[in-house]
Amino acid sequence: MKVHEFQAKELLARYGVPVPHGRVATSASEARQVAAELGVPTVVKAQIHAGGRGKGGGIKLASTPDAAEAAARQVIGMTLVTPQTGPEGRLVRRVLLEEQTAIARELYLAVLIDSSGGGPVIMGSAAGGMEIEEVAAAHPEAIHRVAVDPAAGFQPFEGRELAFALGLGGELLRPAVALIAGLYRLFVEKDCSLAEVNPLVVTQDGRLVALDAKLNFDDNAAFRHADIVALRDVEEEDALEVRAQSEGINNYVKLDGDIGCIVNGAGLAMATMDAIKLAGGEPANFLDIGTVNDPARVVNALGIITADANVKAILVNIFGGMARVDVIAQGVVDAQKQLRADVPIVARLAGTNLEEGLKLLSDAGVRVEMAADLGEAARKAVAAVKA
Amino acid sequence: MSILVNKDTRVLVQGITGREGGFQTERCIEYGTKVIAGVTPGRGGETAFGVPVFDTVADAVRERGPIDCSLIFVPAPGAADAVLEAAASQIKVIVCITEGIPTLDMVTVKRALRGSGLTLIGPNCPGVIAPGECRVGIMPGSVFSRGGIGVVSRSGTLVYEAVDQLTRLGIGQSTCVGVGGDPIIGTTQREVIEMFNADPETKAIVLIGEIGGVAEQEAAEYIRASVRKPVIAFIAGSTAPPGRRMGHAGAIIAGNTGTAAAKKEALAAAGAVICDSPAEIGATTARVLRERGLL
Repeated sequence: MKVHEFQAKELLARYGVPVPHGRVATSASEARQVAAELGVPTVVKAQIHAGGRGKGGGIKLASTPDAAEAAARQVIGMTLVTPQTGPEGRLVRRVLLEEQTAIARELYLAVLIDSSGGGPVIMGSAAGGMEIEEVAAAHPEAIHRVAVDPAAGFQPFEGRELAFALGLGGELLRPAVALIAGLYRLFVEKDCSLAEVNPLVVTQDGRLVALDAKLNFDDNAAFRHADIVALRDVEEEDALEVRAQSEGINNYVKLDGDIGCIVNGAGLAMATMDAIKLAGGEPANFLDIGTVNDPARVVNALGIITADANVKAILVNIFGGMARVDVIAQGVVDAQKQLRADVPIVARLAGTNLEEGLKLLSDAGVRVEMAADLGEAARKAVAAVKA
Repeated sequence: MSILVNKDTRVLVQGITGREGGFQTERCIEYGTKVIAGVTPGRGGETAFGVPVFDTVADAVRERGPIDCSLIFVPAPGAADAVLEAAASQIKVIVCITEGIPTLDMVTVKRALRGSGLTLIGPNCPGVIAPGECRVGIMPGSVFSRGGIGVVSRSGTLVYEAVDQLTRLGIGQSTCVGVGGDPIIGTTQREVIEMFNADPETKAIVLIGEIGGVAEQEAAEYIRASVRKPVIAFIAGSTAPPGRRMGHAGAIIAGNTGTAAAKKEALAAAGAVICDSPAEIGATTARVLRERGLL
């Protein structure tokens, strides 16, 4: 789960990570009021769940409350296109107003999970403001990593090592170690999957400030963090994906193609997308329907897929182990009654209760083009779209 | 010989009285797996599917004697605890099927198991099967057949897909291991390939990877250095968009790391035969076996 920058900064502040003074506003008049209260020149930042906002015109400087109001009027309500939003962009509903910061140095700091190492690592780089992947590609030697032993937890020496490596000695050492410790504690206590401060800046008057921040949270740990779940902004998510989740289908990702997919298992779902592409088509979605023991789940999945106007054919690929083919077939039968799905369906069905499933489909007179294997299913689905 | 489990493996099921645990325990017993005990706290003294149920793993070991393997179906919030309970009783092979365990819980488990000599398979995995001998997991037993291919995969359903293709071509499997789709897993693909490399029954290895992380690259390093048996590899997710989690918590392209292309390149450079289509894993394996005089 992702949160907005202003929400991330509120959390950071609670963990002792210094952030610029500021507040969020949802209208131009409120932005003016916030700027007046701050009483200093401000930066007006669009709040969306995507980076690269400056490049798209979503970040503006304002020297007076009048200018802040004008900037907010431009930004709130705009459809902001950044390298991370895709061409359709994202509607801006609120802005964060903050005091402007006089920057002496920009750095990068993050805590994330290192799958190979089996635990959290703290990563720092003196090249702040850049995407860390770019730094890693161009200057791997510029990235400093500290792997924290999860049994002992974060130790101050680890903070000192990183601080010195980033050139944060002298007067900056103690605040740097405290900041790193706070970021790590936040990561662990709130079950983050990423806690990133980019850039972390040294101000011209010698303070450390988290100028921008990104927090992602482990969905698997949501059950023990009601406070984090409350920060979710569903308006930042794809409407069909939100609908899928509300109907119990947690693994739906909308894509841009025209062949809808219903598959059991995440790996097979990815492989089905790959097979469609190899056959010359484009998948409209990723959907792992999981272990199905209720036909209604299939009906819901078909409903979501047919609600995507781009979809011209549907490929159902079920390898029934845990999932039973007859339950899937009943769902397809029910869906055709209820949804009047007029897009052709190609099905590859294998595994548990296959015979019963095939009988259900033929008894109901459902028009489903059957395929013997995954390759044939992909070819038939592509042919159905092109027909 | 199989790896990890065989016909003599004495299996405990943690979470045996749950819906999922119960259903799968029955399938395991039907397959021939020696399920000798179950654990559900508070249900000690009952029996399930003819198997005695205990309150704790320690009780099960005390009453039933040595246990070689534990199969875990405990729901996500308590699953890490269940793994550590099995480890505390020194159960050598722990297979955790549970999906949705918080990553930081697995960090704790992984750290606790380091240096213990115990093997954790999973979590979020289909388990392990030695065809014809022992099924410790949730896979449909009917598609497997015994032979010389070792299969290792992050995904469960892709194991079934690949094995079905192999079996239809008359190519059997020595052992099939699903290592799991989470970012932190007990045993990596590389470690399973090491076991297959040392197993005389395994003549060739099918590796099924997917986007996210660098586990396939780490497997590739080992293959290049040490594996002379043929390796056939498929990587799922060539068409997956970056930055989106594709079902498995570990299946996400971050920045430009974890792409299918990078994994295929590393494996090809290590001498593995890359199969681009998931529909041709069986056919590709058959071709490689013929070329090497193994079929």
